[in-house]
Amino acid sequence: MLGEQIIKGMAVTARNFFGSYVSKERLTTVQYPEEHLAQKENTRQFPFLVYDGDDWEKGLRCVACQICEKECPPKCIYIVKSKDKKPDYKGQPQIYPATVDIDISVCMSCQICVEVCPFESIKMDTKFELSTDDRFGGLLLTKDKLAKPNSYYQQMHPHDAAESDAVIAAEKAKAEAKAKAAAEAKIKADAEAKAKAAAAAAAPIAAPVPTTPPPTAK
Amino acid sequence: MPPKSFEVKPKLDESGASIGELLEISMGPHHPSTHGVFRMDVVLDGEKVVKLKPVCGYLHRNHEKIGENISYLASMPYTDRLDYFCSMTNNWAYALTIEKLAGLAVPERAEYIRVIMAELTRLQNHTSLIGFFVHDMGALGTPLMYAFREREKILDLFEEVSGARMMCNYMRFGGVRVDVNDEWIARTKQLVANYGRFLDEFETFLNQNEILLARTQGVSPLTKEQAVNASLTGPLLRAAGVNYDVRKVDKYGIYSRFDFKVPLGEHGDLYDRYMMRVLEMRESIKILNQALRDIPAGPVMDPKAKLRGFRPKPGEVYGRIESPKGELGFYIISDGGPNPYRYRVRPPSFINITILEDMCLGHRVADVIVILGSVDIVLGEVDRCQPI
Repeated sequence: MLGEQIIKGMAVTARNFFGSYVSKERLTTVQYPEEHLAQKENTRQFPFLVYDGDDWEKGLRCVACQICEKECPPKCIYIVKSKDKKPDYKGQPQIYPATVDIDISVCMSCQICVEVCPFESIKMDTKFELSTDDRFGGLLLTKDKLAKPNSYYQQMHPHDAAESDAVIAAEKAKAEAKAKAAAEAKIKADAEAKAKAAAAAAAPIAAPVPTTPPPTAK
Repeated sequence: MPPKSFEVKPKLDESGASIGELLEISMGPHHPSTHGVFRMDVVLDGEKVVKLKPVCGYLHRNHEKIGENISYLASMPYTDRLDYFCSMTNNWAYALTIEKLAGLAVPERAEYIRVIMAELTRLQNHTSLIGFFVHDMGALGTPLMYAFREREKILDLFEEVSGARMMCNYMRFGGVRVDVNDEWIARTKQLVANYGRFLDEFETFLNQNEILLARTQGVSPLTKEQAVNASLTGPLLRAAGVNYDVRKVDKYGIYSRFDFKVPLGEHGDLYDRYMMRVLEMRESIKILNQALRDIPAGPVMDPKAKLRGFRPKPGEVYGRIESPKGELGFYIISDGGPNPYRYRVRPPSFINITILEDMCLGHRVADVIVILGSVDIVLGEVDRCQPI
């Protein structure tokens, strides 16, 4: 019969229509501005800079190595290195970024900057409702707008943050061990030098009267 | 430069009297039926198509030239934007090519994840394509919404793993970026188990529908010779009855391990092209079931692979995969530097629309829309380089 299959199709439509009243499977609409879907943990939107501690200027992890600037596909990151140095989380003097600008109107949320960063300092934010009426500066994020605390990152991406914290802790421990070893070596060297000096000082008494003065280190 | 317009001559009868004129119209570029910004210069005799010229280049972004000026890794997110429906398969094609060039081995688990992602991509691409296809025929909305409802579930899975729904940027040279967890695999199994039921419903909905049959059967048949001569690939070629699937021909990745068939059409008409998509989805479900069952544990990245300062040795390479739209290939020449010397994409959509005129000649103007829909083009892929 002509039209039989159309009626069958209509039955499918009817099943979907009435099903949407009872089955969550069939009604998938979310009333967006009022309702939000839960965000996935891996969601990525735009990059931000992580800092440790309370003061964002002191605790910024970024060392202005500019790898992200080079690797960024749409070239939306702009970094200027500082002239002076300040101590980083390992306590070593380190260059810091004088300027970091990220134009998120150009950014394509690809996460390449996060992957290539060797210092765990640039990460992805999940904020997405960022519309602004300022065409020119509104979406150009400067250093102060980009800096966000590590606690914010831990809250947003618990798994990734735990991993990056572990990396940082390992590096810190390594640096501390190295420093400790260096300090120990120094103490040892100092002690040896002292012993030598003492021996040298004691030597003239035991030794026969020298005819010439002992050679001094130049 | 604006394209040259066709010479339009009035139609004359034997005595030289005018019996009506040919009409040249421009379909697109901003027309909902052109799936993006694509224009067809059509010359019509009444409602019949006499001449057709596809005009592309409206979405030109200089993809290939950009690829030659940025590092190998930085091209990866740009490949997402080629065929923005199937970013996972684009990623795979590019990663496969560079792995061939740099001699990287992909761990077992990563290979399985890639197959799962590629087949999920095929499912969602074909599902939404069928939605658009019947939308072009005038089934406004309803089937498309059902298709998108299912596609959304797959995109949710992608988002959970890669962080983005469409621009996944998931695969890397030598593996994949992040591992999937057991919960994700369980959810994917659930989805695949339910997908067959959805396809049953979809097929009841459309397969025998009288309007669909009237609009598609016998329209724009392609012969095997035509399809091969136009170097078509993908479902379009198989609908014409040519048994050619890169998954079977090249057996790239681990496709040799899976038991699946390549569906073939008989007539190459619109209905065959529609059915080809449905049958391929059934085969994809088979592959997914096997892959999800067999996926081993282990690392997902080759330890030799490195992200920063990646410089493959000099050489040239062509890698290809079967993307949902056809054979997607990347041709790379490396001079040993941090960026490729030559970066070329062989996009299936672009090569598949070269035969558009032959398919449309003699058909009605309303069929042109459906024929274009059946080719399954994505303009990001068509306009990836200099317009020709």
